[in-house]
Amino acid sequence: AVSTMWETEGLQTFGIVVVVCASLKLLHLLGLISFSEDSVEDELELSAVRHRPEALEQLEAQTRFSRKELQILYRGFKNECPSGVVNEDTFKEIYSQFFPQGDASTYAHFLFNAFDTDHNGSISFEDFVMGLSILLRGSVQEKLNWAFNLYDINKDGYITKEEMLDIIKSIYDMMGKCTYPILKEETPRQHVEIFFQKMDKNRDGVVTIDEFIDCCQNDENIMRSMQLFENVI
Amino acid sequence: MAAGVATWLPFARAAAVGWLPLAKKIMPKPPVDKKSRNDEILFVNVSGIRFQTWKNTLDRYPDTLLGSSEKEFFYNEDTQEYFFDRDPEMFRHILNFYRTGKLHYPRQECIQAFDEELAFYGIVPDIIGDCCMEEYRDRKKENQERLAEDTEAENATDTPLPPHSTSRERLWRAFENPHTSTMALVFYYVTGFFIAVSVIANVVETVPCRPLKGSKKDLPCGEKYTLAFFCMDTACVLIFTFEYLMRLFAAPSRCKFMRSVMSVIDVVAIMPYYIGLVMPENEDVSGAFVTLRVFRVFRIFKFSRHSQGLRILGYTLKSCASELGFLLFSLTMAIIIFATVMFYAEKGTKGTNFTSIPASFWYTIVTMTTLGYGDMVPNTIAGKIFGSICSLSGVLVIALPVPVIVSNFSRIYHQNQRADKMRAQQKVRLARIRLAKKGTTNAFLHYKEDGGFQDRDSDNALCLKNRSAFEHQHHHLLHCLEKTTNHEFTDELTFSEMCMTESVGYRTSRSTSISSQQGVSTSCCPRRGKRRAIRLANSTVSVSRGSIQELDTLQVHKTSAGPQRCLTLKGATRLLTIGGPPLCLSQEHC
Repeated sequence: AVSTMWETEGLQTFGIVVVVCASLKLLHLLGLISFSEDSVEDELELSAVRHRPEALEQLEAQTRFSRKELQILYRGFKNECPSGVVNEDTFKEIYSQFFPQGDASTYAHFLFNAFDTDHNGSISFEDFVMGLSILLRGSVQEKLNWAFNLYDINKDGYITKEEMLDIIKSIYDMMGKCTYPILKEETPRQHVEIFFQKMDKNRDGVVTIDEFIDCCQNDENIMRSMQLFENVI
Repeated sequence: MAAGVATWLPFARAAAVGWLPLAKKIMPKPPVDKKSRNDEILFVNVSGIRFQTWKNTLDRYPDTLLGSSEKEFFYNEDTQEYFFDRDPEMFRHILNFYRTGKLHYPRQECIQAFDEELAFYGIVPDIIGDCCMEEYRDRKKENQERLAEDTEAENATDTPLPPHSTSRERLWRAFENPHTSTMALVFYYVTGFFIAVSVIANVVETVPCRPLKGSKKDLPCGEKYTLAFFCMDTACVLIFTFEYLMRLFAAPSRCKFMRSVMSVIDVVAIMPYYIGLVMPENEDVSGAFVTLRVFRVFRIFKFSRHSQGLRILGYTLKSCASELGFLLFSLTMAIIIFATVMFYAEKGTKGTNFTSIPASFWYTIVTMTTLGYGDMVPNTIAGKIFGSICSLSGVLVIALPVPVIVSNFSRIYHQNQRADKMRAQQKVRLARIRLAKKGTTNAFLHYKEDGGFQDRDSDNALCLKNRSAFEHQHHHLLHCLEKTTNHEFTDELTFSEMCMTESVGYRTSRSTSISSQQGVSTSCCPRRGKRRAIRLANSTVSVSRGSIQELDTLQVHKTSAGPQRCLTLKGATRLLTIGGPPLCLSQEHC
């Protein structure tokens, strides 16, 4: 009957269609025909971004380091990053080496953003040296400013509890899990509360730069510990 | 600026005199050259080997390290030379580049070391001269492939699962890497077994069995034990369908999964069964339908998930695709030519087999591949001559692409072996890194135990002196972190003991020394309320006392070399704890 014939025909058609598709695929595989724009083999990429720092004299003028100190700093920097810039992954790697027990990548991320003042995704030698100049040779005001900038993740001028919680959690992450006493879940949160109790004078839930600097300057211990790191280089 | 143009600039400027008579306006004043134009010999000391060159040579390429003011960072006033702490052998090539304008790649050097030197001196690899460019590119590509394999191997199988993965992700991982869990392994072997069973059943059901009673004809087993084979087939197809649906559910990207080769094979393997169920039991139709059953043989390809060797073969064929394509194309050309010739040569013969050109295709193929079945033979002399030419050329055409395919296979095979070796090496490397990390932590813990934070005049001072300045500073850094968080570092043993006792206050006798020296930190929890008010007030005194002694160890001799590099970055890192003091919780000095 007609329906039988149609069914037979249908099956044969199906079979033929399958065979044709398979052979097309085979030809495509063999490279004889191509359906779409095949991507050309990647040519050698240009070497990565190369950045040369400003001249020694200029940096001497802009920072508070002596010529010799700048030379020493640059040699170290250049050895680690011959291309002249540090990108975030390299930065995280370097920083993580000093904290083998824990996970330093989150804190390194915040640090990276604090150093990368022009937010272009990489730290050049100038950024690096400017940051160090503030931290090592800057006035107390400048150092506190820098710390505030570090805590203020979205750089809007206010430190909220969530931002502080992120920062503190990342610091606790660096400790790793083998600590004494054992790290509890609520430890970072409590730490944030203490901080806010101290810093947030008008109890509006955020810490502004003035509250922060004011509070720190009135605290002798913070003042004294700020002096600690001056001879690091 | 193109390379070397700086050298030619004075010449071009001098030639500008030719414009003077024609000029419409007055020429502008030339720029004043501030620096003296005298050329001088520069001394470059690379790891002790002194190179000398003219300043102008280096100035030729102003956008590199040596040609720009960047080299001033490396100037040593005491010895009046530029000192670089790099490989002197490589530097020779770099300097030759400045002298001749052509960068050569030394063949015996490692490609990565060379690349790093180029990056350090600010030279773009693209300017490698033509004589060495090919070698450079080949080796670079090889190196990149090798690195890509490494990262693939790292990211692949044995990485532990991220802690919060859904059941879907876990299922996918179980399918992709059966070694991860025993369930997955069991499933893997079960499917393998059923694939084998299904293939064997397909084969056996066509073997002739002894005929039924009362009939003379030999029946294939499939028709004798129809029910048994049907049940086996059903079971296999059920398992395959289940597996396919599970994979489809677990796949991270369903569209991509459905287009992948393996899933197509899966579908093709099970479709005939379902079509057979749906088809009516009609004689004519099932005749055509039987042809579809041939697709059941594709189940054998499902083995490629289980067998590494099959995959290698597949990759080889894929990578030799262009050679195979060439082979196919040239064979087709030759077949058409010879078939036509043979047809017209044998046209006159009575009762010839060469009835048409397509009919001659068969003869040509059989002859060119030197099979020679003998079912079609030329009778005329012309036919025999052309036939012999056909078979000779067939050997040549087929033999040509074969070495390429073989070398591709050998390369892929070695790559695979290297991947296994790399995986083994990776495990060793990871173990070593873990050991090193533990070593650092243990060093720190010993430092604390030996009373590193006490006064220097105690008897322990002797053993402390053995540690390098780097270690001192690193330990100070870790100590600052401890103070910031008011928790201490411990080792795995103590930690697991603590977890087991489930009590924060207890310490085992082994580590009482630490607690006795640290004292106050153990009481951090109960004194939390008070601490808000006193907050570091008590530590003022200890800060001044402790920090002075700490600072003594921090003085870095400016002229000493050696660990200076580490110290530089180390110093920088210690700095970065400056974010710490405002957060410092503990009462001890920081």
